[in-house]
Amino acid sequence: MIKAILMFNNHGKPRLSKFYEHYTKDTEQQIIRETFHLVSKRDENVCNFLEGGMLIGGSDYKLIYRHYATLYFVFCVDSSESELGILDLIQVFVETLDKCFENVCELDLIFHVDKVHNILAEMVMGGMVLETNMNEIITQVDAQNKMEKSEAGIAGAPARAVSAVKNMKLPEMPRNINIGDINIKVPNLPSFK
Amino acid sequence: MALKIVKGSIDRMFDKNLQDLVRGIRNHKDDEAKYISTCIDEIKQELKQDNIAVKANAVCKLTYLQMLGYDVSWAAFNIVEVMSSSKFTYKRIGYLAASQCFHESTDVIMLTTNQIRKDLSSPNQYDTGVALTGLSCFVTPDLARDLANDIMTLMSHTKPYIRKKAVLIMYKVFLKYPESLRPAFPRLKEKLEDPDPGVQSAAVNVICELARRNPKNYLSLAPLFFKLMTSSTNNWVLIKIIKLFGALTPLEPRLGKKLIEPLTNLIHSTSAMSLLYECVNTVIAVLISLSSGMPNHSASIQLCVQKLRILIEDSDQNLKYLGLLAMSKILKTHPKSVQSHKDLILQCLDDKDESIRLRALDLLYGMVSKKNLMEIVKKLMLHVDKAEGTTYRDELLTKIIDICSQSNYQYITNFEWYISILVELTRLEGTRHGHLIASQMLDVAIRVKAIRVFAVAQMATLLDNAHLLTGNMQRNGICEVLYAAAWICGEFSEHLENPMQTLEAMLRPKVATLPGHIQAVYVQNAAKLFATVLKSQEGNTDGTVTQDTSQLMIERLPVFVQSANLEVQERASCILQLVKYIQKLQQKDVEVAEEVSALFAGELNPVAPKAQKKVPVPEGLDLDTWINEPPSESESEDEQPKAIFTKEEPKHSRARHTEVDEKELARVRCSKTVAAFTAIRREARKQEQANNPFYIKSSPSSQKVYQETPGVDHIPVIQIDLTVPLKVPGLPMSDQYVKLEEERRQKERAEKKKKDKKKRKEKRSGRGKKHDSGPESEEDITPAHMVDIVTEEMPENALPSDDDEKDPNDPHKALDIDLDKPLADSEKIPVRSHRAAEAAKSPVEDRDADGIATQLPKKKHGKEKREEKKKKDKDRERKKSKDEKKKKKHKSEEKDGDLLGAEVDEPVVQSEEPSQASEPPTSNSAEVSDLDFWLSNAPVPSNIQEVPKVAAAEAASAAEVISGGAQDSEPDEPKDAEMEATKPSKHKKKKQKKEKEDKEKKKKKHHHYHHHSDGVGEESVQNGTVEEEEEPLPSMSNYCLLAENSYIKMMMEDADQVYDIQGNLQDGSQVVVSVIFENKCDSFLKSMEFNVLDSLNSKLQRPEGSGPHDSLAVPFQLPPGVSNEARYVFTVQSIVMPQKLKGTLTFIVKTEESSTHEKLDFKLHFTCTSYLITTPCYSDAFAKLLESADLKSSSVRLEGVNMPFHHLLARICFHHHFSVVERIDSCASMYSRSIQGHHVCLLVKTSGQTVSIDAKCDEPMLLGNVLDEIKQTFSQC
Repeated sequence: MIKAILMFNNHGKPRLSKFYEHYTKDTEQQIIRETFHLVSKRDENVCNFLEGGMLIGGSDYKLIYRHYATLYFVFCVDSSESELGILDLIQVFVETLDKCFENVCELDLIFHVDKVHNILAEMVMGGMVLETNMNEIITQVDAQNKMEKSEAGIAGAPARAVSAVKNMKLPEMPRNINIGDINIKVPNLPSFK
Repeated sequence: MALKIVKGSIDRMFDKNLQDLVRGIRNHKDDEAKYISTCIDEIKQELKQDNIAVKANAVCKLTYLQMLGYDVSWAAFNIVEVMSSSKFTYKRIGYLAASQCFHESTDVIMLTTNQIRKDLSSPNQYDTGVALTGLSCFVTPDLARDLANDIMTLMSHTKPYIRKKAVLIMYKVFLKYPESLRPAFPRLKEKLEDPDPGVQSAAVNVICELARRNPKNYLSLAPLFFKLMTSSTNNWVLIKIIKLFGALTPLEPRLGKKLIEPLTNLIHSTSAMSLLYECVNTVIAVLISLSSGMPNHSASIQLCVQKLRILIEDSDQNLKYLGLLAMSKILKTHPKSVQSHKDLILQCLDDKDESIRLRALDLLYGMVSKKNLMEIVKKLMLHVDKAEGTTYRDELLTKIIDICSQSNYQYITNFEWYISILVELTRLEGTRHGHLIASQMLDVAIRVKAIRVFAVAQMATLLDNAHLLTGNMQRNGICEVLYAAAWICGEFSEHLENPMQTLEAMLRPKVATLPGHIQAVYVQNAAKLFATVLKSQEGNTDGTVTQDTSQLMIERLPVFVQSANLEVQERASCILQLVKYIQKLQQKDVEVAEEVSALFAGELNPVAPKAQKKVPVPEGLDLDTWINEPPSESESEDEQPKAIFTKEEPKHSRARHTEVDEKELARVRCSKTVAAFTAIRREARKQEQANNPFYIKSSPSSQKVYQETPGVDHIPVIQIDLTVPLKVPGLPMSDQYVKLEEERRQKERAEKKKKDKKKRKEKRSGRGKKHDSGPESEEDITPAHMVDIVTEEMPENALPSDDDEKDPNDPHKALDIDLDKPLADSEKIPVRSHRAAEAAKSPVEDRDADGIATQLPKKKHGKEKREEKKKKDKDRERKKSKDEKKKKKHKSEEKDGDLLGAEVDEPVVQSEEPSQASEPPTSNSAEVSDLDFWLSNAPVPSNIQEVPKVAAAEAASAAEVISGGAQDSEPDEPKDAEMEATKPSKHKKKKQKKEKEDKEKKKKKHHHYHHHSDGVGEESVQNGTVEEEEEPLPSMSNYCLLAENSYIKMMMEDADQVYDIQGNLQDGSQVVVSVIFENKCDSFLKSMEFNVLDSLNSKLQRPEGSGPHDSLAVPFQLPPGVSNEARYVFTVQSIVMPQKLKGTLTFIVKTEESSTHEKLDFKLHFTCTSYLITTPCYSDAFAKLLESADLKSSSVRLEGVNMPFHHLLARICFHHHFSVVERIDSCASMYSRSIQGHHVCLLVKTSGQTVSIDAKCDEPMLLGNVLDEIKQTFSQC
């Protein structure tokens, strides 16, 4: 079982948090902070498994994470999951994001956290892995997006126009943070089949 | 400035969406909290609006804020509103928000049940999907109970997308509602062989998760999983299965034997590291479960170790880590094979990655032996010096102590070395583990008598150099060792070379800065030292030394008397007065030494931590009765006997985490002041000691203390001269021991060689080996000095040790359910009906009666099975005696024989068999024996017994089965030696296919049981309800036989899933019909087309562009034995009349040689009941409804109904989709609503066997028909 899936950036800002077990919201924030501290102090080329973290702990649990450019993807899993399998799953997740957002970068994830959730929902459900095949995931996500679009229909047009206008202001906005190396590089790992 | 205003107004013009919110937060870095609070206010405004789009937008933003840690629970109701939107876009937002914020104590969850149910049965698969996903996050016991049945149905949905989600969510449902596990399990098991890999993977996932917690209940699935393992190519599934096997093997060693070979093959063949790793892991688990090593297993171990070495040597840190992790598992059972890789592991200690270093440390723990302990610890000590981070250093420290102290100091040959290691460790700065070192020192000094002299000397130096340790004491945990040092010096002060000096060291003013509990020990032990000094000076006529000592005490103790610590103060003032008194006596030249030392006299023994608990209560002693008058309330406050006892409770230092100061050692003090009962206890203890083989017997005079300990006689004198310099505690001395040890061992070896020769001769002369199986026999290293490690004392006839208790709160405990037991009738998932009716279901007596009814045939069946089994066993034996080739031939013959036998049996079975209900039990019990069978490596495939079973089950279609069975037996030869991996792959494939068929046969049987009796024949729509009469059965009973021929069988769900689209009740409502297609023959069915002749009133909905008479392709093909479900939507104009639709199903039967076109006609029957939807209604609304004038009434009278009233109601609810509004005694009001919004109200009264139903409805025709149908239902029972 997967206990939680967290995404945060190099500064510990949460980008996505999905808990498959109930915690109070304070505990959740504490877990995110603590996990960030544990993960961020590790070197680049050390192993991607971590034991401990008091909150999410228990000897049965492990943190499995990957670090892509500015983002950390952390899965907290118990011993029924294969460590390497989860690493591959993270890779699949990131690759899927990359496909769905077309060259995904942190900004995409910041502004479309709902979409990220929807993609994730096609991969992991209630803490259990639902689908590992990227094509299948993308098909389902696309089909749902299509439905959403068709529902919006003509009525959605003005809203889209407005958001387009709003987005035109984009350039002045995010430049103050470092976007230089923000593109998530998806390394070519032996894919999990 | 102006620009800002303009911008602000534009922002207000359009609602902020999520992107705007995020952007806003980013632009307000400085006053984020303030900005967000204004946003939340806006959101609150938006939520008040009626527009669902605005609400959804607001909820979407809340979901984001929730992630940032803001409380959004106040919006729970709005989330529910958004969830229930008919638009997918909003629904998805709602469910996402719910999955993020809802949890079990969210009260609005109660409101969602119906909404979720509606979404689950939505024709749009993504509505269903989104509901399932959301539900998986916030399912509660109530939701699980209410929706279990709906989810069960979805498990056989036509869309694999829904199926896999439904399967997966079942795990959550089981957790919350364990009662659903058994009814749902058969279907879950079916899904293991679902044609869609995703569904299959989901089922594997769920079963693995279940089995991990309660493996023994899932052993019977092992053959199935084994098959999947050998056939699946999906690594994810393989990993799960292999992990599952890892959990199963400890329960069934035979399984392990079977697994080794395919796993080894996988290890050799796979390129995926993840799979390789899990295989190795499971092989290790298998090897652990097989206690006695079979010859070829050493090869498996070698393979594992070798593969792991490759992993560890890999540059990928992850593999390295996992390799070490797996290695530590092998270590437990096969330490030798790991020890050969010591070099590699020591190398990992230098790795820059801390996780890897820690793993390597774990491994070292198991790798030590007497030979290499010193060497390994030496290396670790080097690492301790090098380590920078305190956490890692602390870890090293605990590991060193763990390694040395493991299994009762088994590997320590030289305790002097160990003591010096401990002393060296005290030089660590800033460690948290001072108390750990201290407890080790105490433990060793107490339990290893021979080491006391050395230990005391070391401790004395430690005390002398205490200032080195306590340099910066505040944050220094190391000063804890002083506790141990002081205590050891005091307790064993007779071994001190210079007690005066130590006493002086203990009474230095600086001691007052130590923590209180340490000071207390100092004071107490100073008194002991004082006693020793007095005693040593006893014979001495010159009293200056004693005088000086007393003076020293009197001078120094006042510092402690002023201590803030109560314990220190009390002890100090007590002792101070005592010393003053002694001084007085000394001045009068009175001999006091004897008396003073008697204060601290006594034999000291380590006592096991749990000893106190385990003292059995003597017979006739009732601990709860008062031995005198119970004290009054006020008195009891003063007396706290409990507190005293807890303090006296002996604990022993072996438990690592007990704080040193908590430790109390049981001590029998013999002094003049000791009360009489102590003497009695001492007697008892002596006796106990006499009985205890581990106890070192002391001389009878335990009063004469502080002489040489009498037990020492049989301890060989220490050979090492104590001239080893110990004066500077800062120097690492342990190294010298390593050298010394080397020399000693060499000497010994030489001696031993001589002795060995002698010994051998002796042995040959026939003397049995000493049964002393100590570790010495493994390695020929004798300890430097024979050390008697005193075992911890336990009371006589101590109770057996407590079992580890499972966490009672573990939700998985509830899932420890025997799945092989046959389903009882009472076990079912609550069917979708109004709660009130549900509660009023089947009385207990009925259940019992049913239970008996089903039990009888079951027993008979059991016997038959056994006989069959016997037969098989015989076959097997016979076969075994013959060689391979003959075996094959022979078997196919025998199988035919079996088949015939089954056919002969069949009529008998039929006549005996009162119902199909007895079938599943047999199949289950058969499964268990299947497992044994499968595990017994017998070559006979399980097929043989399947065929007769199926034959028995399909009474009506016996002829087919026989022909089917005959076909079955044809390709039998390759089935031999079922799991032989060496078989050519072609054969394998056939075999698998074959097995699949078997399974499907079984499955078929299930359908028979659940769905329908076979005798019903073609015209069966109404008849379909006949079976249901006995008891409202689980959901599946909704299916009734539609049509059937020798190829295919169609079951129709009685238009139960009725719904309307977007609440549009006016023009044309829709009815969904689920049809299960089941392939009954042995050929592949494909190109199935489903067509219905539309009537004016009802039309089959066809995809756009197709003509009104075109048939719909069934979206799947059916391999032999498989069944699948398709749903068809019909548009219905008028619902007041029942409808019949004629239809045809055409399909192609494809056999190996040919394919034929076949068709099957059927009639779809829509009863008026099927247009009703179970709709709950409150009594006040109901009353209002009845008052309104536009309802027409009608009534019907049923005679001769003899069933309990609640039963009757349940039946109406179940079959006719009503819900109970109110029930008073034998009168009840019921309500239902048609898909077009007609209200149907019933008033049901019963008196005797007569039931009268008065009904009101706004559509008389509909009402009449519904009443007719109700009447019909009851006339059939």
